[in-house]
Order: sequence, then C-alpha cells, then structure tokens
Amino acid sequence: MDGIADLGGEDGWGPVSRPAPDEPVFAESWEGRAFALTLLTMGRVSGRNLDAFRHALERLDRPAYLDDGYYGRWLNAAELMLTDSAILAPGAVDARARRLRGEDVSEPETPEPAKPDYSPTAAGSLRTVEEAPAFAVGDVVRAKDVSPAGHTKLPRYVRGHSGVVEIIQPAHLLPDTHAHFLGENPQHVYSVRFDSHELWGADAETFGLTIELFESYLEPAP
Amino acid sequence: MTTSGSDVETAPRPSPSLRTEALEQLLTERGLVDPSVMDKFIANYETNVGPLNGAKVVAKAWTDPEYRKRLLDEGTSAIKELGFAGPQGEHIVVVENTPTLHNVTVCTLCSCYPWPVLGLPPSWYKDPAYRARVVREPRAVLAEMGLDLADDVEIVVRDSSSEVRWLVLPERPAGTEDLTEEELVPLITRDALVGVAKVQAPA
Repeated sequence: MDGIADLGGEDGWGPVSRPAPDEPVFAESWEGRAFALTLLTMGRVSGRNLDAFRHALERLDRPAYLDDGYYGRWLNAAELMLTDSAILAPGAVDARARRLRGEDVSEPETPEPAKPDYSPTAAGSLRTVEEAPAFAVGDVVRAKDVSPAGHTKLPRYVRGHSGVVEIIQPAHLLPDTHAHFLGENPQHVYSVRFDSHELWGADAETFGLTIELFESYLEPAP
Repeated sequence: MTTSGSDVETAPRPSPSLRTEALEQLLTERGLVDPSVMDKFIANYETNVGPLNGAKVVAKAWTDPEYRKRLLDEGTSAIKELGFAGPQGEHIVVVENTPTLHNVTVCTLCSCYPWPVLGLPPSWYKDPAYRARVVREPRAVLAEMGLDLADDVEIVVRDSSSEVRWLVLPERPAGTEDLTEEELVPLITRDALVGVAKVQAPA
C-alpha cells in the first residue's frame, strides 16, 4: 500500500539529525517497555507475524505514526495487532490509560479472541525455492509500476524504474501474502542496482542504489 | 457545566508512556505477558547486543585476512563465528568501503537494521528525514551528518527492504598499522558501520 511508512525520496522532512555519540538505547524507560511488549505481541500474544507488524505500522495515520516517536509507533502498531486479533477491544488501552491518570471512564468489554488461522512452516523468513531464479546477475529488470492495496516491500520510488540485478539473495517468504495470512509463497529475492538519474532525473546527485526486490515485483526491462 | 463525558472528550490523549503502562497492565493481568520476560529483552538490548559486536567483527577482519575474505563472501556465517546471531540477522551482507567507494545503509520502509552486530538503531537512523533523503541526495545528507566525501568517491546506498541486512566494513585508518585487534575495537563506531562516518585514527 502507499502508506505513511513509504518515505523513500519524500520531500519536506527537513535536515537530518547529527549522530550523538552516547545516545542511550532507550531514551525513556517506557520505550523499552513498548519495545518488549511489541515483540511479545507480534507472535505469541496476537498470533500474527513480523510482516503483519510492518503492515500494522503502515496502516497508522500520520499522528499515530509520527507524533509519539519510534517506540510510540511500535506501541500503536502493537495495539492495532491486538485489536485485529480481538485480544483487546478498540479503545481498551486509551480507557485504561485514562483510568491510570484518574479519569472516571469505563473500559470496554474484553472480546472473544480471533487470532488468524496461521502457523509458519519454519522459523524466520528465509525459505527454499525449487524453481531456478527467473533473472540472472547482470540482467536488466524493471520494477513493476503497481500500487498494491495490501502490504508490499516495493516502495514507490523504484516503481516503473529499471535497474541491473547485482546479487541473487536467499529466497524469502513473500511479505505481501504473509502479512495477510494468505500463505508464505516463497520467492527469489534480488538486490537490484539503480542509477540515481534513472530514479531522480538528470539533475540528481550521481550515485548507485541497491534494494532487495522480490521476483514477482520485477519484469524484464523493455 | 460539564459532565465527566465531555471532560473525556476534551482531555488530551494519554501520553505514549501512560498508554504503554496501560497496555502492559492489560496484558499482564490476563497472563498474556510476563513482565520479567520483558525485563530480559530490555536488558539484553541495553547491555549485550550493540555496536561493540560489529566493532569486534571489523577489528578481526582488519587483522586477519582469511577472516576478512570469509566475512565478505558469507557475512552471516563469518559473524556467527564470533557468536553473533539472532533476530534481524538472518542474512547479513558485508560490503567494503574503500578510498574510492562508499556504501551507506538505510531502510526507507521501516528501520530494518542488523541487530546482532549493531543492536537497536539510533534515533537518526529511524528519523523520517534520513529515511526519505539518503536515497535521493546521499552526498548532501552525509555532509549534514559531518562526512564530506570527495567528488570522485562513488556512493552506493543500500536500502534494506527484505530480511537482508547490510553491514559496512569501513576503511582501516592510516596510522593504526601497529595496533592490535583489541586496540582497534574501541576506534570502530556504530556510525562507521552504517556508513555515515569514517573510522578515525587515535589522536
């Protein structure tokens, strides 16, 4: 989908921040709690998976994605996965938080859990594919100019652009279906190298860029 | 006159800190989450899994040519030789920076990062400005971060969009020829392993 998470090449974000040498892992203690809660929520508690987590992140609205910082974004995605699986009712976290600060609000009833009917075929995301890769190192390929409704790892900034296969990476399960519990559909994955002028035009800085693209995202360059 | 209902509508949304506490309470009281397991996760990433691991990998590669070759050929297994593996490290590809070639890594879609060798990502890596801009104007972004590259240095940006994770093998700085592997480790910074800085020789 073309959600808030697909940031590559977007204008309007201002200067980058200069690295600080001794930045703590978690700036505030709640960030560590949100990190751990999200890791536990992702698989064990919500019955979902890493790709469903990324899909939850990309479905957040702008304030939920941006205003609470990085681990606030994780917290909001964790809550979305929990309401998707009916472990929590919508509004349950907000109501509890308001009660914690002394507001007299009622909490919604706990729903009947509805976890997805899903279990992985193996740990992790790397898989074996019997068929030979459709593309070879050095092939010129084009990223399809498509705008899928669901989760995808094909960002907007490469769609419709041509590059060269640089590395054939280990095959992966396909996030586009895995995030929706529609099967692992393992595919070959390619590091495709793009020229900056192909992506951004004649006036762009000169550099190369590689990105890992799944086989079904690619077609032979015309 | 206000009722408690209208108070709720106008009261600001609870802070992420308070909502985190609320979520932990909701899941803990139903036995779905064990706070002591959370404590272990947090402590592991605060104390064990961090950029020191990546620095050890690089120092070994700088001082052991056979290891260096294995690291560049098969990053994941060479890194595992030093005991570093785990989540966000299923397949790590190591690329070498040289006087004429500069790799820099990013994840534009989220903030994918090689946790086993670098730990959790720093704030600038997760910042929308870095994610948006380094794939479009890396030379300008690196200069803003304090790294000015000569015009004849080729830049390659590595956008981590699958479970492949990238680790930069930085250049060993001149003046460190007499240092041992152990003496090199503290010179190697997280920022150099992502490709937004170079390793500096000790003053």
